[in-house]
Amino acid sequence: MSEVVKLHFDVDGEDFTSAGQASVQVKKILRQLGINPEIIRKVSIAMYEGEINMVIHAGGGYADILIYEDRIEIHLVDHGPGIANVEMAMREGWSTAPDNIRSLGFGAGMGLPNMKRYTDDMKIDSALGEGTRITMRINL
Amino acid sequence: MTVEALANALELSALVVAEPEREIDGVYIGDLLSWVMGRAKSDNVWITIMSNINVIAVATLADVSCVILAEGVSLDEETLAVARAKGVNLYTSPKTAYQLAAAIAALPV
Repeated sequence: MSEVVKLHFDVDGEDFTSAGQASVQVKKILRQLGINPEIIRKVSIAMYEGEINMVIHAGGGYADILIYEDRIEIHLVDHGPGIANVEMAMREGWSTAPDNIRSLGFGAGMGLPNMKRYTDDMKIDSALGEGTRITMRINL
Repeated sequence: MTVEALANALELSALVVAEPEREIDGVYIGDLLSWVMGRAKSDNVWITIMSNINVIAVATLADVSCVILAEGVSLDEETLAVARAKGVNLYTSPKTAYQLAAAIAALPV
């Protein structure tokens, strides 16, 4: 099926307080496209968690959103340190975030689990010292 | 019940009133933002003591009907400006999260 809309966002790794701008932007665009509100909620939360992860752990990266007729794909790419143990990282409550991040209300070890919870398919490709690519699909 | 009616019934102090006619449906209490995004439902009243700018993004993305900052927590002017721009209903109260939730539970539906 042909690709309908493609959105690209650079995620600034320096500015923790502005993290979420891309997700809020995506939310606005999906609303303009008339996408179901519950789908919008899933896509924007999954993407926000990904953005936050890139800021906390990877010094930023980029996000591509592909909107097809039957699905939405989110591709998150960074060149951070990579995830040492993906299986552990997927466990609720497991986190390597530093204390200053925890004091902001993040680092609860719920980011990746939330991304899985809100998407129909999620794939993590990560290599230590090279970076991480996460691909998520939400069916429409 | 609307956000405005809730605010009146609980004597909440308004920080940002963006969409007072929005209907509320249920309550979620939490301060860990990813936990809130994982568990809060659309139209919930979200009660928290977390007081940084990320609260506004989470409220927007989780699509809660309003945020009540418990125990007299407030936000700086920069954060309030973001809340206004994003249309997030934002209130504060000297009551604890428990007292607020108990008061909401006691309201006639």
